[in-house]
Amino acid sequence: MRINRSRVPKGRFLLAVIIECVLATGAAAVFSTVHAEEAGGAGGKEEGGKAAWGADWKSWRAKTDVADTASLQRGARNFANYCLGCHSLKYERWSRLGKDLDIPEDILAKNLLPPGDKPANYILTSMPAADAETWFGKTPPDLSLMARARGKDYLFRLFMTYYSDPTRPTGANNLQLPAIAMPAVLSELEGVKRAVFKDGELDHFEQVAPGRLTRAEYEGFVRDTVNFLDYVGEPTQAARRSLGVWVVLFLLVFTWLAWLMKREFWKDVH
Amino acid sequence: MAAKTPSPEVRAPGAPLPDTVNPLPRKGFMGWLNKRMPVDEFIANQLTGYYAPKNFNIWYFFGSLALLVLVMQLLTGIFLTMFYKPGELTSFDSVEFIMREVNSGWLIRYLHSTGASAFFIVVYLHMFRALLYGSYKAPRELLWILGMVVYLALMAEAFMGYVLPWGNMSFWGAQVIVNLFGTIPAIGPPLVEWIRGDYGIADATLNRFFSLHVVAIPLALLLLVMLHLVALRRTGSNNPDGIEIKEKLGADGKPLDGIPFHPYYTVKDVVGVGVFLMLFSIIVFFVPTLGGLFLEGPNFEPANPMSTPEHIAPVWYFTPFYAILRAVPDQRTGALLMGIAVLSFLLLPWLDRSPVKSMRYRGPISRIMLALFAVSFVALGYLGLQPAEGLYVILARIFSVIYFAYFWLMPIYSRPSVDPVKAVPERVVFNAH
Amino acid sequence: MAENVVVADDGVDQSRRKFLTNATIATGAVGAVFVAVPFVESWAPSERARALGAPTEVDVSKIDPGQMTIATWRRQPIYIVRRTPDMVQHLEGHDGDLKDPKSDSSDQPDYAKNILRARNAEYLVLIGTCTHLGCLPKQRFAAGELGPSWPGGFFCPCHGSRFDLAGRVFNGSPASVNLRVPRYEYPNDKLLRVGADEKGVA
Repeated sequence: MRINRSRVPKGRFLLAVIIECVLATGAAAVFSTVHAEEAGGAGGKEEGGKAAWGADWKSWRAKTDVADTASLQRGARNFANYCLGCHSLKYERWSRLGKDLDIPEDILAKNLLPPGDKPANYILTSMPAADAETWFGKTPPDLSLMARARGKDYLFRLFMTYYSDPTRPTGANNLQLPAIAMPAVLSELEGVKRAVFKDGELDHFEQVAPGRLTRAEYEGFVRDTVNFLDYVGEPTQAARRSLGVWVVLFLLVFTWLAWLMKREFWKDVH
Repeated sequence: MAAKTPSPEVRAPGAPLPDTVNPLPRKGFMGWLNKRMPVDEFIANQLTGYYAPKNFNIWYFFGSLALLVLVMQLLTGIFLTMFYKPGELTSFDSVEFIMREVNSGWLIRYLHSTGASAFFIVVYLHMFRALLYGSYKAPRELLWILGMVVYLALMAEAFMGYVLPWGNMSFWGAQVIVNLFGTIPAIGPPLVEWIRGDYGIADATLNRFFSLHVVAIPLALLLLVMLHLVALRRTGSNNPDGIEIKEKLGADGKPLDGIPFHPYYTVKDVVGVGVFLMLFSIIVFFVPTLGGLFLEGPNFEPANPMSTPEHIAPVWYFTPFYAILRAVPDQRTGALLMGIAVLSFLLLPWLDRSPVKSMRYRGPISRIMLALFAVSFVALGYLGLQPAEGLYVILARIFSVIYFAYFWLMPIYSRPSVDPVKAVPERVVFNAH
Repeated sequence: MAENVVVADDGVDQSRRKFLTNATIATGAVGAVFVAVPFVESWAPSERARALGAPTEVDVSKIDPGQMTIATWRRQPIYIVRRTPDMVQHLEGHDGDLKDPKSDSSDQPDYAKNILRARNAEYLVLIGTCTHLGCLPKQRFAAGELGPSWPGGFFCPCHGSRFDLAGRVFNGSPASVNLRVPRYEYPNDKLLRVGADEKGVA
């Protein structure tokens, strides 16, 4: 809508600008709602069509925030309950976990610390590695650095794209990691879903059996757990970022002073 | 007008500059010291009495920045060595120990890993300056060659450093690069076994790389950088106009277009340091992995001889040469061409037949060739990170050809009869700032 | 005429120049100190060292009366002696032979600054390194073992320092202060916890 400013009275022009702004804002609002699930992560179109559930799985993002301590605490609980049976976090100590996640010592001891373990111990699994290899074909890897090695979006998609597959020894398969050796340990929470393929790509998921959690709750569960793994991958990341702000600010001041000094001295040079 | 007490900094306009080569005798500690070591002489010769062209531009920051990064890598490296434990079974764990349990260990580690990449960014820009302004041409050929040897030592240092964390990319990167030596005719395979110290990349390889990375090559680098600076002092710096400022001396015997390095360039370099450290800190504190470019994802998994990462790529600063290697379908020829790609730089002083140093006064062909070279270098760098399939391979071949054309056609296109040069001014072009 | 460079400016600019130089150098120095901090900090005990240096717990009910057991805490030997009433009695009457009978110059927590050099008479807790040059003293608990006036105590084989059954050093010893007492507490009757007390973890 081009307006020749010189020919339109000022008041009309202003009105036109206001209307343009309102229309633009409205368009942006509509646009962002339509693309909400892409921006917000997985789930597909909840209200619109279940038929499209999962079709966009490759663009699902974890969208976690390592500064969200409550989420990390839930993730720690999830890990202790569902993952610690097979996977260790051998570079992280229980006491470090308690300190970084604001978990008081007594709650740590009561709810998270395995019996017999001291807080200073590293977080190890009780499953013997040799047995695990026999049962699953490979030893469940230590997960301390998994979020750094594969990325948190990868991990998110891993837990969101399990589907039932009778041809697999565990009865489950995975879109992010085809022929995955890990069983669908979270199926108790998520339920069981199957994948419908078209032309070799996923067309949509279908819930076959319900789990204890709703789809939204399960997604939150996965988010918290992935967030926790992101923290474990680099426990110092919060300190890193906050220190960085001060460092850059200081350097700004220093460089500005240095530049003034340079300019002053270089007045000599013609 | 207030009466002025003469002070060392104030000089009347037009007065000759102080005799900085024979400094006044000093009292006290400095007097004692100067009788026993040429301290004041050194300062006078290297700093206050060393005249550099006054028309240095932004391309001239990178030498001092390279020195800064070298010092930083030495310092952070020394401290990392206090906690790192080389060995197949201990390396990976010790790096995580540094990251999590050593006080501020994560910071020292990230400074070192970001510093390695920063070193190459700075060095590549430093080298590009030489291509822009003909700083490799006579009488600076030795300066250039020494610089290139520094670059080669730096590549070896970075390669070995990357093996030390003993992640999966450390292992497989070492595997691939060491295997390249197997392409050398006749001595290849035994040479590879000799380098490795074992039948595959193993503990022996890791430990010797540790020694070379921590002791041998840093010592060599220090020596080479010192020689590089000595060579520079003899010829003096080049400048963006490619004019030899020593050819135009004033009544005081100093170059008319020169200014004392101290205080003018010490002061200017501090600004450069400030800006560099700001950008550097933003990376260190906010994006230390830089999306997998500076610290690659697969390296957060321990070395596994039984499992190759999906995409083996060297760290970004090697990828231009890696792309050239892969562009050629034959392994031996590819390795040979990759070697020539690196070594071609050494011959530049003799490939370049232009009487004019700086691109400012060269003809359009030289400028276009340099621009194409720069584009190819970056493009090859990008292609080296991608899987070697389809369009990427075709593009890598095209850019490799351009890359080699820059060097090997230069004896032809740099001749003034082919590419007419412009008149070089008598005095440098300088705008006060 | 020097066309290029150093043309003098008048005094005002010189002082501005000085100010800017000093300001930049001062800021740079502050920056340098901040840069030094992480490097210096890295030498302090790591989290692993601190974890391994956590308080040590010992079940003292297992020690027979008159016997000593040795535990470790922060890489040091900890002597735990279960003193009999007889041994406690032998602590008195030889203050004149001791260099520091009241433990004024020696290193112990407040609750061990007494004749017992311990929280209670029954258990003596000491850091088992001779305060001379660090050897481990040997036990010589029997009265008369080292001569008729020997009340029982410790004898260091390296240079001959002697200590009584509260770790107090005898005259004539190369060591000059009593054996050190670590911070400790009893969470319950059977358990000794070395390395922590009311004030927290050491």
